[in-house]
Amino acid sequence: MPKLKRGIKHPVTVTVNGKKITKFAEPRMLLADFLRQELGMTDVHVGCEHGVCGACTVRINGKAVRSCLSLAVQSDGHTIDTLDGMADREEELSDLQEAFRKHHALQCGYCTPGVLMSLSDYLERVPDPSEEELRDMLSGHLCRCTGYVGMVRAALDVAAQRKAAKA
Amino acid sequence: MKPKQFDYLRAETIDEAVAELAETGEDAKILAGGQSLMAMLNFRLAEPEVLVDIAGIAALSYIKDDGAMVEIGAATTQGELQAWDGLAGNLTLLHKAFPNIGHFQTRNRGTVCGSIAHADPSTELPLCLATLAGEVVLRSSRGVRKLSAAEFQQGMLTTARRPDEMVAAARYPKAVAGAGYAFREVARRRGDFAIVALAASASGDTIRLGIGGVADKPTVREWTSLADSDLDDALNAFAWDLGGYDDIHATSKYRRKLVRKLGRRVIEEAKSCQS
Repeated sequence: MPKLKRGIKHPVTVTVNGKKITKFAEPRMLLADFLRQELGMTDVHVGCEHGVCGACTVRINGKAVRSCLSLAVQSDGHTIDTLDGMADREEELSDLQEAFRKHHALQCGYCTPGVLMSLSDYLERVPDPSEEELRDMLSGHLCRCTGYVGMVRAALDVAAQRKAAKA
Repeated sequence: MKPKQFDYLRAETIDEAVAELAETGEDAKILAGGQSLMAMLNFRLAEPEVLVDIAGIAALSYIKDDGAMVEIGAATTQGELQAWDGLAGNLTLLHKAFPNIGHFQTRNRGTVCGSIAHADPSTELPLCLATLAGEVVLRSSRGVRKLSAAEFQQGMLTTARRPDEMVAAARYPKAVAGAGYAFREVARRRGDFAIVALAASASGDTIRLGIGGVADKPTVREWTSLADSDLDDALNAFAWDLGGYDDIHATSKYRRKLVRKLGRRVIEEAKSCQS
């Protein structure tokens, strides 16, 4: 592949929430900024910008990762899922979002999009987690409002719901 | 908190990546998972001219059991190794260390070799490599070089990698039958950088103890036929040899204390896992 030169905007094609979109980014542009500024996806929150807080977590090719520790040009050709694509239809909530509402798993809501993206990946891989496992996974997110209690309850609730739906 | 400008090359082959390193040398940086490098770029602690992205090189994405060692390619993520079927049986020490390595979200992207190449003295993967006496495979357009973990990591964020070389693989020795392994660390929050990290193996009457977070690189000491009554003195001598540094998280005195107290516990745990 040819080298992408600095200072020039290069085409980046991503499939975001099921829709294929091409926009332009300089090599130095972070994926978080690309999603917010070029694609208008302000559901991606930017917190610490060095990979500690977890607010900017999105799913790249299915995996929950920090979008502040990724470059837009690195994501060319990849599939990205953000919170906006979580519910099937607009004005509806996914089971996770519904459970967050029910269990009061957020207060200010700044960390919430990242937490939800992590949980959506995690619960697909670990469908029946223990509280201990959930708390370990959630340690990758900083929430200063809730003490994580509601998040853990919501996640356990969703795991139980999904299990019951399968049975 | 934005990186300085750089050129970006998405390498499709190892040859393409090392050719770029040969041309650009010190001003080029390899980007794999970016979980250390991207933070350094955002802080502008690293200001490379060229980033060479190797994450998509299929030939670097593997976990290979070659009998005595498990070789992990430079594009293999920590999450992929953690999910590997053979981990608990073949790399028992790593299996025990994994819950301490970053977070679910960073292991999804961060690579094993990236952590080793970054060479932070408090991180777990280089500590385990040193404790098990593993190897690092370096590639350049001139050829392949294999270094022991001790030769590779030279100090704080400093390695024996030459500017035209890339870390192509890490080689972890497989667990020895009957040997016991244990890992512990002290950190402020789960997943944070360790204040002190300890890895131990007990095989026959040989004990190896590796310490991270105290000296400027993971440091290993080996004892053979050490009587239990001599262990405290041996750990005390080791703690003083490591020195340690004061920082916002802990004093060097506290770090040495952790080496003495937790050193005994981690060795006892490794011994209790022997069969």
